[in-house]
Amino acid sequence: MDLSNYLLMKQEMSLMVVFLILIVYDLFASDNLKKYFQPVACLLFLIHTIYGFFPQATGTSFAGMYVCSGAVISMKNILNVGVLLVLLQSNGWLSKEDTSFKRGEFFMLTLLTLFGMYLMISSGNFILFYIGLETASLPMAALAAFDKYKKNSAEAGAKYIFNAVFSSACLLFGLSFLYGACGTFYFDDLANCVYSTPLLVMSLVFISVGLFFKISLVPFHFWTADVYQGAPTNVTAYLSTISKGAAVFALMTILYKVFGTMFDEWGKMLWWIVLISITVGNLFAMRQTDLKRFLAFSSVSQAGYIALAVLAYSPEGLSSMMFYVLVYIFSNMAAFGVINTIETKTGKVEMSDYNGLYKTNPKLALAMMIALFSLGGIPPLAGFFSKFFVFTAAAAKGEYLLVLLALLNTIISLYYYLLVVRAMFINPNETPIENFKSDGYMKISLVFCMVGLIVVGLVSGFFEHLSSVNF
Amino acid sequence: MDFLSFFVLVPLLMLVCFLPCKNIRQIRAVAVVGSSILLGLSVALVFMFIGERTAGNTAEMLFIFDRLWFPSLNIHYSVGVDGISVVMLLLSSVIVFTGVFASWNQKPLTKEFFMWLILLATGVFGFFISVDLFTMLLFYEVALIPMYLLIGVWGTGKKEYSAMKLTLMLMGGSALMMVGIFGIYFNSAGDVGMYTFNLQEIAQNGIPIEAQRIFFPLTFIGFGVLGAMFPFHTWSPDGHASAPTAVSMLHAGVLMKLGGYGCFRVAISLMPEAAHEQAWFFLILTGISVVYGAFGACAQKDLKYINAYSSVSHCGLVLFAILMLNETAMTGAIMQMLSHGLMTALFFALIGMIYGRTHTRDIREMGGLMRIIPFLSVSYVIAGLASLGLPGFSGFVSEMMIFVGSFQHTDMFHRAFTIVACSSIVITAVYILRVVGKILFGGVQNEHHKTLTDATWFEKIAVVTLIVCITGIGFFPSFVSDIIKDSLTIMTNW
Repeated sequence: MDLSNYLLMKQEMSLMVVFLILIVYDLFASDNLKKYFQPVACLLFLIHTIYGFFPQATGTSFAGMYVCSGAVISMKNILNVGVLLVLLQSNGWLSKEDTSFKRGEFFMLTLLTLFGMYLMISSGNFILFYIGLETASLPMAALAAFDKYKKNSAEAGAKYIFNAVFSSACLLFGLSFLYGACGTFYFDDLANCVYSTPLLVMSLVFISVGLFFKISLVPFHFWTADVYQGAPTNVTAYLSTISKGAAVFALMTILYKVFGTMFDEWGKMLWWIVLISITVGNLFAMRQTDLKRFLAFSSVSQAGYIALAVLAYSPEGLSSMMFYVLVYIFSNMAAFGVINTIETKTGKVEMSDYNGLYKTNPKLALAMMIALFSLGGIPPLAGFFSKFFVFTAAAAKGEYLLVLLALLNTIISLYYYLLVVRAMFINPNETPIENFKSDGYMKISLVFCMVGLIVVGLVSGFFEHLSSVNF
Repeated sequence: MDFLSFFVLVPLLMLVCFLPCKNIRQIRAVAVVGSSILLGLSVALVFMFIGERTAGNTAEMLFIFDRLWFPSLNIHYSVGVDGISVVMLLLSSVIVFTGVFASWNQKPLTKEFFMWLILLATGVFGFFISVDLFTMLLFYEVALIPMYLLIGVWGTGKKEYSAMKLTLMLMGGSALMMVGIFGIYFNSAGDVGMYTFNLQEIAQNGIPIEAQRIFFPLTFIGFGVLGAMFPFHTWSPDGHASAPTAVSMLHAGVLMKLGGYGCFRVAISLMPEAAHEQAWFFLILTGISVVYGAFGACAQKDLKYINAYSSVSHCGLVLFAILMLNETAMTGAIMQMLSHGLMTALFFALIGMIYGRTHTRDIREMGGLMRIIPFLSVSYVIAGLASLGLPGFSGFVSEMMIFVGSFQHTDMFHRAFTIVACSSIVITAVYILRVVGKILFGGVQNEHHKTLTDATWFEKIAVVTLIVCITGIGFFPSFVSDIIKDSLTIMTNW
């Protein structure tokens, strides 16, 4: 075995090191030392994140099974930033009595799923891809059921695992067709033998459906609202940003690399999926009163916008998709961060509970507002830029009608985002949520999100870097 | 740093300065100083512009500053002004300046109010200086969203409904516009082979006629929504009526001009062929706006609603004149934007002041105010007379030019619509004189009104500034028309 193959897997290696250190720490540290678990873990992950930004060799190893390209590295960095935010935000919730004793487990499971996603997005072979996918989704179910004494959380875990298994089954079914037709699992070889036959169309449909479940595109989104509502808010944030981002990247890799010749087929399919995802997500979000369900449907519609970038089938589509995911991570993490703090302190998640929030907790209300405006695509926040770039990529393909429909949908989305803004700033309330101090980690993460939302769009370097990388 | 970017930089600095303010005095100080600097800048710009023009600089855009922003999409931060934008900048800074004085005692949450107001102003100034479609769109949307909170938090009446309606309808307009902009961008390559967002380059390269036919209506309607074109005007009455004084002023005075300016600058000057083909359709719509708005104003009893409908009518006239596609009418359109901006700002300022005293805007509950608050009442009469186009005020000049320009078309269709639009002058007189007669003269309707006090010094500053501008244009219209003339000759050479 040629050990030099591992040289390309720098980020995986570094993540493993962090993982192992933490596992040893969690197992052998005394209770006294365990107090420092959170800062140590966050710091280690921060180092890992920074390490990812160092220049890195690209290429393939294990005979093309593992691919490390500019886009893959950038995507992993984006995911790292998101996970760092998740870990920072977890402190308040994990410090509670019923979860503090399994703080270590949360970190283990989270890093494990991240490892799975790494493998998923840098695979050049469907076997490795499938291993990555399962590594990412099984611990995720455990995370969703992390508050296992709460009925909703357990239910969320169960729902997630059923859906994950079902979607894997779809995916495997599609893979079997593919293998039957081409006799290989390597992406590069497949690309040469894939052309539009009924068998391969079937395989394309099943493989895509398997991933649509993960991205929660309509009509495969039914698990989303319940799981998002039931899972601990921190996990919901993780699910809605990191897990979704990785799955979209995987979808893009497969569609572009393997099924590139079948653009006519999947283009049509994705056109409708994008349209109904955006529309249905928006229409359902309007009626939600629970903020976690609200953001669940909002993220269904956001997934539609991300898929719109996939539909562009061009290098611009790739770069705008990654940029969108980056911005989406910042926006959604900020929104979930605010929900998380308020839920941890007061247990309130209803939209009406937020009435008059600005009077008592102005900073939280502002953070929430900026996050929602960014999701709605209001300049000068990064959300405007990301939407604009995605639409540019799609319009370059001549998809003006879809762009118009998507843009009209942003008005609906703006309506329900403004409902929350209205609750916080305008609606009067006799008993608003009292002023409280959020914990330090949460503050850092929210400030980081706010800076990100302002800087990432206005400073062109981020987007330009993403447009310079390729598969 | 170039000169024009100060128009964006100064408001941004103001926003930063508001942050540490502790009491209302400091906030006022920052607002007054900042808006005075802006006013000074725009006056200086006018003279610099005239200086350049007399020195023989015939370039279409002056004071250009251009920096590459997103190289991969060829997006630039690019600013520059021609005569029209110079005039619009002057208008905006006058209204921001007076708006600050009109909201002297704005409560509660004074600091937040001014911050949102100045953010709105940032968007407006940025929009007028941009010559890059992307920056233009960005500033346009920056100007829209503060409206929601300004109306929702500080408004009156059914404010939440109005705020939501206004924001969503205007965002709808910007959605159409964005598709139009994509269409323009992806057809802008010409022979050069490079897509561009730069207005001048697009105009040079030219857009294929097939693309124009699709994207002209999208862009025109997109901007037309903000210009209160029928049937997309419904946000305007509710929005204006619910907004606090300074916001109504800024909105009717400046923001609605963004629509007219955009229609002209983007839709018509970039896609002239399609504009020629499709102008008839939009002429019908804007013709309806003009007359319908005027009749709508006659039927209203709330002072703000009356002026909001009157704005629909007058802004309709702006779009109507732009669509005539000749130089006289277009000069008239720009003058009308300026004139209507000042006039309507004066109206809304006065209504705000009267409402602050009488606590009602229903014209049936007021009467005989002329004897009680003479300063405000006289100013109201002046605003009214300017609005119905009395010679000596700005309204006369602009309407005159619009109708003369429109009548230059010799065909039946244009003639008929010009005559219909002309009739709005008469209807305007009806609703203006009705209001003036009802609330200013006659017997006092409410005993409590007898103890009202007249305008304070800060209110007088706002009112006098606006009146001076209105009469100034009325007496020396050539000053303005000379500034905008050169920009129009370049644009009407089709």
